[in-house]
Amino acid sequence: MKAARQSRLSIETPEGVVFSFELATPVSRALAWAIDAAAIVTACSVVGQVCAAANLFSRDVATAVTTVLYFVISVVYGILLEWRWRGQTIGKRILGLRVLDIHGMRLQLSQIVLRNLLRFVDTLPALYLVGGIACLFSRNAQRLGDLAANTIVARERKPAEPDLDEIAPAKYNSLLAYPHLAARLRSLVTPEAAAIAIQAVTLRDGYDPIARIELFAELAAHFRSLVEFPEQALEGVTDEQYVRSVLRVIYTG
Amino acid sequence: MIIDLPRFVAAERTYWDELALLLARLETEPEARLSLPEIQRLHYLYERSSADLARLDTFSTEPNLRAFLESLVARAYTEIHETRAPVKLRWKSVVLAFPRAFRRHQGAFRLSLGVTLLGCAFGWFALRMDPHVKTVLMPFPGLNSSPAERVAKEEGAKTDRLRGEKASFSAELMTHNIHVTVLTLAFGMTWGVGTLILLFYNGVILGAVAADYIGAGFGTFLTAWLLPHGSIEIPAILLGGQGGFILAGALIGWGGRTPRTERLRAIGPDLFAIIAGAAALLVWAGIVEAFVSQYHQPVLPYSLKIAFGACELAALTAFLAWAGRE
Repeated sequence: MKAARQSRLSIETPEGVVFSFELATPVSRALAWAIDAAAIVTACSVVGQVCAAANLFSRDVATAVTTVLYFVISVVYGILLEWRWRGQTIGKRILGLRVLDIHGMRLQLSQIVLRNLLRFVDTLPALYLVGGIACLFSRNAQRLGDLAANTIVARERKPAEPDLDEIAPAKYNSLLAYPHLAARLRSLVTPEAAAIAIQAVTLRDGYDPIARIELFAELAAHFRSLVEFPEQALEGVTDEQYVRSVLRVIYTG
Repeated sequence: MIIDLPRFVAAERTYWDELALLLARLETEPEARLSLPEIQRLHYLYERSSADLARLDTFSTEPNLRAFLESLVARAYTEIHETRAPVKLRWKSVVLAFPRAFRRHQGAFRLSLGVTLLGCAFGWFALRMDPHVKTVLMPFPGLNSSPAERVAKEEGAKTDRLRGEKASFSAELMTHNIHVTVLTLAFGMTWGVGTLILLFYNGVILGAVAADYIGAGFGTFLTAWLLPHGSIEIPAILLGGQGGFILAGALIGWGGRTPRTERLRAIGPDLFAIIAGAAALLVWAGIVEAFVSQYHQPVLPYSLKIAFGACELAALTAFLAWAGRE
């Protein structure tokens, strides 16, 4: 196990195309596990109550059934749900996580069984200490079970288009009068810069007025440095309006 | 380079939607078989979406579109490039997978057996050399009394001391032994060191108990006590050890150039079969230990118990050695 933990796992297909998965952090995995642990305890408790209420068995058999069911539920819970829900348990579903094959292939039953059985070591000596340390130090944030089963836990992507009506209301956009420059701007703005601009516009009301002016001035200067529009396109346009216009160019063309 | 992104999206969206629909069908019905034209269409749509994704790399301002296409291509990649057949849980193949997996890794089993026997020898000699180490080697109250006292108590019992507790005792034994066996396998991830220690310690206890009872002249009692469940329980733990050493072997990867992930991928199904088989054996062993092993002469003749244990061992050996041979 080497350090240099990465936040994404990239896979290159034989066609030369690269796609990537965002790896789940140990914190989100711990939260998912806490939810699963609560689900297991609840399921066991319900089974115990049903056994007791039904009064079908003698005290000896009822204790035996509860002992076996507790063990079976705690072991089989993860295996069954990850198998039926393609890599998800209740906790992972709520937290938006999914177990995936490290090579992007279909998750096999043997992989699910192995990663779940190796929990016995990952949970040692208590509270997933071994698994947590392995997660922190392994390259792809894998606990020992994941390493053995060749699996990763990734954050599910829910791509959502930004709400343009919220961040850049549809008005006359002087930049669109120059389609060749607008196209160039679209191709030069990095995703990071676009994300910062969206965040700035969305949270504008929360900023201190001076800080807001400075922030939009800086963003506008950055976008202006990428493509130079003619003077008449920028006449009477404030820095904030310019940033909004840039966003509309980027996302709607 | 894509100059007109909206036009590009409008032109390609139909293909992406068609691919998404096809993938959703394959994901919800893993058993579904596509016809040849459908497979060709799936491949075409995958290659087209991959090319779109590659084109989008030159246009980095669309993180959401890129994320959408990445997700689509990743799902299609899984369906196109997966060569392992989906698991079909048919009882016959599941049952036979266990002995087949066992036979494929006999070296690991021999190592597991050897380490346990080494532990037995250590436990035996340690107790014979210094009987005072008994409490250190076997820190269990049930094993600390003298063999003579224990035999007298068990054989002289007038009542069933497990009356009303047999089922719960059996359940505790099953879950505990399965836990220990899984742990023995899982400790393979410590490059086999944990597996080795657990097996050796198990052997030490066995050797010490044997030295204690045989040394006191109660060999028959011991055999009749341990054999009915031990003939299944001990091999099951050895199978856990076998799994641990298979795992350790794949991690270490002596003498091969195969990458670690490939080595681990190759052993996954065998480990699954071995641990499932061992767990099934331990359910049986738990029942036998609670309902048969704890009863002694005159309730159950020793010869009968020993014969029963020997039959179980022979049946298990035959099953592991011959079942599913082709």
